[in-house]
Amino acid sequence: MTAPSKLTLRPQGDRELVMTRAFAAPRQAVFDAYTRPELLRRWLGQMPGWSWVKCEVDLRVGGRYRWEWKQDATGYVMGISGEYREIAAPTRIVCTEKFDDEWYPGGAISTLELREQPGGTLMVNTLRYESPEALQAVLASPMESGVTLSYDLLEKLLLERVAGGAA
Amino acid sequence: MESATASVASVDRLSATFFALADPTRRAILARLSGGEASVLELAEPFDMSQPAISKHLKILERAGLVSSSQAAQRRPRRLEARPLGEATKWLERYRKHWEANFERLDALLEEMKTLAPAVPGPRAAPKSRTRTRKQPRTPRRKS
Repeated sequence: MTAPSKLTLRPQGDRELVMTRAFAAPRQAVFDAYTRPELLRRWLGQMPGWSWVKCEVDLRVGGRYRWEWKQDATGYVMGISGEYREIAAPTRIVCTEKFDDEWYPGGAISTLELREQPGGTLMVNTLRYESPEALQAVLASPMESGVTLSYDLLEKLLLERVAGGAA
Repeated sequence: MESATASVASVDRLSATFFALADPTRRAILARLSGGEASVLELAEPFDMSQPAISKHLKILERAGLVSSSQAAQRRPRRLEARPLGEATKWLERYRKHWEANFERLDALLEEMKTLAPAVPGPRAAPKSRTRTRKQPRTPRRKS
């Protein structure tokens, strides 16, 4: 039941981004994979040339999380941390997020919702940035967390044959 | 982390490209131009829009480098420029791949969790009440 690509990304209003993805697994399992360090490190941010160095999760309202990756070649550490604002296992987590090196102004608030659906779970992650400028920075960013306009937009465009010569 | 190698200039160009693509009329203009050059008049025809309105859209497309015009003459045919589109597509593709790779690893992990400890069905089970998952042998699932 694994469709080739189930990930969608789209902007919502002037400062939010929404990412959705379906998983063929029970909601509790997805919730666990998002919140238990020993599971998180197995799937999130495993980038070639980078290693996990810290994965701390204090899963309670007011508790904090901190994740760090190190670039093997340079020793550069990329860190992200935040605070849990709302936790309703296994359906919803609201937390703040902030990168050590701010590549967009300020931080963001992430709302993760896990919805049961036939065959599994639908994950909806909404990221709300502090300002429209921050969203613009993310949209323009070539960095990994920079989300952008709906991919559908381009897909549509490609279907309209426009990119025929764009390769 | 995809490298932050793109220069400021190319980041600006990407923004301009995405902005240009965000509008259905502009996408339609591009689609029309993908079939060959056309003048503003010809472009305006199918849209039920005034020429100035079409010109405004064209200006945005030109600023993004998606469309070019031959000459400073009155009847300048517009032409589709494919390169910026290619860059935008590449960037989106890279970002998407990054997250899709994350989620594919998560798919695999979720499969593995099913065979280990059947996940608790139903919306209860506070994390604390569950036994901690022991560390499982790593399945190298790296996708690059």
